[in-house]
Amino acid sequence: MKRIYMDNAATTRVTQPVLEAMMPYFSEVYGNPSSIHAFGREARKAIEAARNQVAAALGANPGEIYFTGCGTESDNWALRGTAYARKNKGKHIITSAIEHHAILHTCQQLEREGFEVTYLPVDEMGLVHPEKLEKAIRPDTILVSIMTANNEIGTIQPIEELAKITKAHGVLFHTDAVQAIGSVKFDVHAMNIDMLSLSGHKFHSPKGVGALYIRSGVRIERLIQGGAQERTQRAGTENMASIVGMGKAIELAAANIDAHNAYLTGLRDHLIHRILTEIPYTRLNGHAEKRLPGNVNISFRYIEGESLLLSLDIKGVAASSGSACTSGSLDPSHVLLAIGLPHEIAHGSLRLSLSEENTMEECDYVVDSLKEIVKRLRDMSPLYEEAVKSGEIPG
Amino acid sequence: MMYTEQVMDHFMNPRNVGEIEDASGVGTVGNAKCGDIMKIFIKVKDNVITDVKFKTFGCGAAIATSSKATEMVKGKTIEEALQITNKQVADSLGGLPPVKIHCSLLAEEALHAAIQDYKEKLARGENPEQEDDK
Repeated sequence: MKRIYMDNAATTRVTQPVLEAMMPYFSEVYGNPSSIHAFGREARKAIEAARNQVAAALGANPGEIYFTGCGTESDNWALRGTAYARKNKGKHIITSAIEHHAILHTCQQLEREGFEVTYLPVDEMGLVHPEKLEKAIRPDTILVSIMTANNEIGTIQPIEELAKITKAHGVLFHTDAVQAIGSVKFDVHAMNIDMLSLSGHKFHSPKGVGALYIRSGVRIERLIQGGAQERTQRAGTENMASIVGMGKAIELAAANIDAHNAYLTGLRDHLIHRILTEIPYTRLNGHAEKRLPGNVNISFRYIEGESLLLSLDIKGVAASSGSACTSGSLDPSHVLLAIGLPHEIAHGSLRLSLSEENTMEECDYVVDSLKEIVKRLRDMSPLYEEAVKSGEIPG
Repeated sequence: MMYTEQVMDHFMNPRNVGEIEDASGVGTVGNAKCGDIMKIFIKVKDNVITDVKFKTFGCGAAIATSSKATEMVKGKTIEEALQITNKQVADSLGGLPPVKIHCSLLAEEALHAAIQDYKEKLARGENPEQEDDK
């Protein structure tokens, strides 16, 4: 059976050039980069080359890049590290209601530890309004953390504007750019970004490696103790091969960003157009234009997301949903609720996330499959039946 | 999370989907807010469930347990049908992932609600077993 992978916001495949770049670092160059001997020195050289590649892609200096174990660790470190380092200046943090749980759960933990957090609301497209940020900043605000692009609905925030406002108030600005790398161009110094989190496996490098950019001069507390790695800021022997892979992947992503965006936008808009015009009672979640080129998020009324995913899986299509049943809780996605969707419409959401490996033909196959699946599930849905009987929709 | 083959079979080929126009009892449980609604229709003749249909809005486990529960009660007396537990439904599907156990509860509740509806009609002196003239 044909298998189609449209869950690239969850994770991506390690591409061939990335894998090839990594291979020598398992059994040929295997020294510990902290060692003084030749084995260690050649390993160190590879780590520093990868650091240069990450820095170049972000417009940062290599000395501002710290490798971590994942995007979640980078987010935890940025928030907690800043909070603990600045607690004498203030205890107020500002973030948004639609952040990834790596941010939200960390903020909740900080609240339990005595910090205060403001969760900025978003509009129905998922945008944070700069004037709302400005109003929320207080004399005791120590950090603003707003994601560059949302992982579920793909909305891209006006990061430059938000960072500029934050800077004007003398507050540090962090952005979770995990979903944005490879689709959004960064020049962290010019954009007034003080910290930025990224995760390798979202742009074709392996799982288990991430990075945090920390602007030179910004001091945050370290979270992981036990060694002098990463200029004493993040202990633990470096994940050599993965760091090398991430360096290669981000270099490729940055070089290819315009072509990548043009190609994915074409696929994305084709999917959105066909679904919205050919399947009734659907809506696009997120912003139509200020949107990641690879993100499609649609709610199908009267049906539930997990049953949609299972049906797609049987047809060989991998996707994801914001329904409660896929989250293991009774509530659907906090992002979909934050943009104002009622629970039952949030439960019926589907996210298709694209990579350059997807084709137009695959998009057509997915839409054709969806048409059949949605009809089958609606035919057994009491909500659909009620809507027809009440005259809300024609039968 | 993995579903058993039996769950996937009942999800993809659900038995007894639909409505019964002149049902002897109808039970609806769950709500759209938590993502599961089950509606079960029963037709009763001489205290025996002669026909049963369902409609479900929900996840794979919700659809599969609705289907399985309707299959299990068809041809049973009211008393026998009331003996069927959510655990029996889940077990006969080869088990459910722990986070999905509440879905099987919903199937049991919907069935009980339909039987309750039937009993209330009887208590009101109606004849829920009456065939529709249509």
